[in-house]
Amino acid sequence: MKILYQSIVFALVILTTHKSYPNDEPVYFTDKNQEQRYYLLIEEIRCLVCQNQSLADSNAPLAQDLRNEIFKMIKSEKSNNQITEFLVERYGDFVLYRPPLNDNTWLLWFGPFLFLIIAITTAIIFIKKQSQNNTIDN
Amino acid sequence: MIAELGHFSLVLALAMAIIQSTFPIMGAAMGNLTYMSLARPAARLQFLFVSISFGILVYSFLINDFSISYVANNSNTLLPWIYRFSAVWGAHEGSLLLWILILSIWTIAVTYFSHRLPEYFLSRVIGVMGLVSIGFLLFMLFTSNPFERIFPIPLDGADLNPLLQDPGLIIHPPILYMGYVGFSVAFGFAIAALLGGNLDTTWARWSRPWTLLAWIFLTIGIALGSWWAYYELGWGGWWFWDPVENASFMPWLIGTALIHSLAATDKREIFKNWTILLAICAFALSLLGTFLVRSGVITSVHAFATDPTRGIFILALLAIFVGGSLVLYAFRAPSTKSGGKFKLLSRETFLLFNSILFLVAMLTVLLGTIYPLIIEALNLGKLSVGAPYFNAVFVPIMAPLIIFLGLGVLTKWKQDDFSLLLKQLRNLLIASLFIGISIGLIFFENNQLKSIAGIVAALWISTTSLYSLFVKIKNKKNKLAAMRIISRSFYGMLVAHIGFAVCIVGITITSQHSVDIHQRMKIGDVIEFSNYQFHLKDLKAVSGPNYEATEAIVDVIKNESLITTLRSQKRTYTVRNMPMTEAGIDAGFTRDIYMALGEPLDNESWSVRLYHKPFVRWIWLGAILMAIGGLLAVLDKRYRLRILKKKIITINNEAIP
Amino acid sequence: MIRYLFPLTIFIGLTVLFIYGLQNDPRYVPSPLINKIAPKFTLPTLHNPESNISINDIKGTVSLINVWASWCIACRLEHSVLNEAVKKYHLTLYGLNYKDKRTNALIWLENLGNPYIESAYDEYGNTGIDYGVYGVPETFLLDKKGVIRYKHIGPIDKRQLDDIIMPLIKELEQEK
Repeated sequence: MKILYQSIVFALVILTTHKSYPNDEPVYFTDKNQEQRYYLLIEEIRCLVCQNQSLADSNAPLAQDLRNEIFKMIKSEKSNNQITEFLVERYGDFVLYRPPLNDNTWLLWFGPFLFLIIAITTAIIFIKKQSQNNTIDN
Repeated sequence: MIAELGHFSLVLALAMAIIQSTFPIMGAAMGNLTYMSLARPAARLQFLFVSISFGILVYSFLINDFSISYVANNSNTLLPWIYRFSAVWGAHEGSLLLWILILSIWTIAVTYFSHRLPEYFLSRVIGVMGLVSIGFLLFMLFTSNPFERIFPIPLDGADLNPLLQDPGLIIHPPILYMGYVGFSVAFGFAIAALLGGNLDTTWARWSRPWTLLAWIFLTIGIALGSWWAYYELGWGGWWFWDPVENASFMPWLIGTALIHSLAATDKREIFKNWTILLAICAFALSLLGTFLVRSGVITSVHAFATDPTRGIFILALLAIFVGGSLVLYAFRAPSTKSGGKFKLLSRETFLLFNSILFLVAMLTVLLGTIYPLIIEALNLGKLSVGAPYFNAVFVPIMAPLIIFLGLGVLTKWKQDDFSLLLKQLRNLLIASLFIGISIGLIFFENNQLKSIAGIVAALWISTTSLYSLFVKIKNKKNKLAAMRIISRSFYGMLVAHIGFAVCIVGITITSQHSVDIHQRMKIGDVIEFSNYQFHLKDLKAVSGPNYEATEAIVDVIKNESLITTLRSQKRTYTVRNMPMTEAGIDAGFTRDIYMALGEPLDNESWSVRLYHKPFVRWIWLGAILMAIGGLLAVLDKRYRLRILKKKIITINNEAIP
Repeated sequence: MIRYLFPLTIFIGLTVLFIYGLQNDPRYVPSPLINKIAPKFTLPTLHNPESNISINDIKGTVSLINVWASWCIACRLEHSVLNEAVKKYHLTLYGLNYKDKRTNALIWLENLGNPYIESAYDEYGNTGIDYGVYGVPETFLLDKKGVIRYKHIGPIDKRQLDDIIMPLIKELEQEK
């Protein structure tokens, strides 16, 4: 029940934040490199108020504010690291769609390749074993 | 009154499902033919009652019966009738009813098209599907009754979520569910085989066309979902790695492994346990998808309104079905005799690698999807795993799959000679590399390496596949006659693999070479973008049945000639006061031009997003080809005995491969 | 038989994980600011654009900073709870009026009562960003040193106030 209540409240919160008007003012860069970095960054930062959308994909006012913030930081020559650090300090790792590699995420990043190695090795051992058991019958 | 009838009909359906599962399974165990003979009629009656219930819900939507809470929450008098119809599956309760309806459609199809199956086997299949049906009917009756009344009766409904008011969403859910739920047939066959205890390979042959059909539906369903997201969400994206998408993608990955593994089990009597496990896994993932989407454990763009009691219920169902099957598996599997032997270099090996790589791919998607949950469970905070992660890890896992695919189609069963194989492949590899690199260098200025990798991969798949056809006919005198004799499933494989290649080209080029701009425009403005000129001719107010919109009309001009006129709308759906973007798209074989109207700015300007997306259609074209390939395989003669016998007499000089 | 039990083991592990997952709210994002010094700000007060309020004016006592806005429906739910709480407990409650129109906010306080000692006026939401605000209302609990000790997301109801926030405040007031 508690979670249900919270969900309703959150729905309210999310609805109400949509109330203020979006400002979809395009941003302009003179530096091609900065422009690329901007679009890449807003693709990889999560919009917190939305269900599961990046800043680039969201119309929520907070997403627009954060896009603006990122725009300003890029213009003032901040590095990608400085920008993501700025956001993580305020909102936590949750904002990063590309989780940083650390003690908590090594399994996430290397897991797939671990699966791959284990799976292929097991398969090869299995094949070798079954082909040695008997000679190939035709 | 009629709503109560719909509800009561569900209760009757539950009663039928209970008969459909208990008696036939008991009968099969005891050898009681009377019990077993109840399977077919009970399944058909269950279908009848579920259909009545579904029909009543449709009717209630069409006549705007807002005394039913579900109708009131998801419809409105202003909603066009076609969306009132599709609103039936617009939210949790109705879509669950659709789920059950589709399950009973698959069950009834099994009762009609399985005359070749022994009675005891068919009883078990239908019985197992009845068990699944019981679970979901109970779920529906206890937690998600779509016929619940509301009082006081609202004057008008709260409207269907505007995102779902779209032609794509009329057909996407039913087709996707046909795929999801279709794996229950493969599951039924696998459990029937486990219950019977004799894991011979006949079950594999019988279940192949069913599994293929489910896979075809799932392929089309996912492609439709991707296409819908592309034009409806207004951001030009076609895959977001959202948990809901992953929930449909995981069964597809295992389904793909399953149809390959079934072929090996059927033809060579190998991987029997493995195939059973894949069949259980495919269905388990369908259930898992249902759980993830409806329980609210994971945040997603398109999650249903969530309720943890529902989550607990589905989790319990999942635990009973999958846990039970895996226990049964652990008992039965050890006694399975292994079939034909094969050497390391053989088609069997590559089919096994196929399974394994798809399994790893599925585990990767699963890991990424539930990793935030794991971290939270261990009290290590909260993190997000999104598209950048999946793109980074998924591609390297697909790479060996593509290499092995090319090797696999040209390798003989049992064993092959490496030097001979190499000789065949050397030229194909060189050709793929040469053409791929040339195309990459000539046509693309940036991201050349990734583009080349994708194109070479696609060429490698297509050339090896086509070459496998050539191998079959090269020593024949009459090539055309030889081609006619080759089985449909072989052509099916060919088409599906080429579809995969087409898909790879689409994904590679779209991801590497799409460009977009975000601009401020007012009437009369012209923007130069991607060698086109975009001229905003007009902005006008438009009203629809249940929305108000501003429409932008933009001429797209290249070399002074008009290419197309795009129309994009910014709609506000009046009831929910929700904004929606209708993109203006000029679709083409080699590129899409895509325009999305943003928000009004000052000075009568609007923000406008323009996209140039090369080869994006190829993604869905590839999916269609894969589905056609699957269909060809379903239509293979070996699944239709009677016809096969006739044909054998006429073609007695050539063996069916 | 052991290796045939492997799939079952994995499945059981997943099930346990999901049972745990059902008890969590996926939309709740813990704040990284907990146990950190509250971010600095200097903003005009809501009632008087000429005078400023800064974080230094708030530091020194155990205090609550409540982020609110007149356009926020959930804040309306919370507002009566805050009004009562101030009467009952003598709280040190500050407001952060977030991305609002000044006139609307003032009318809101006039109509519904003003529980705040002072509201800072964050017109563009910059301070909101510094505090990691992602959904209004949110409430921060600061200790005497100005360290954020607790953050509540969403409207505070009566029960949460009595069971969670008030005991915490009492505890923090004991600290030196």
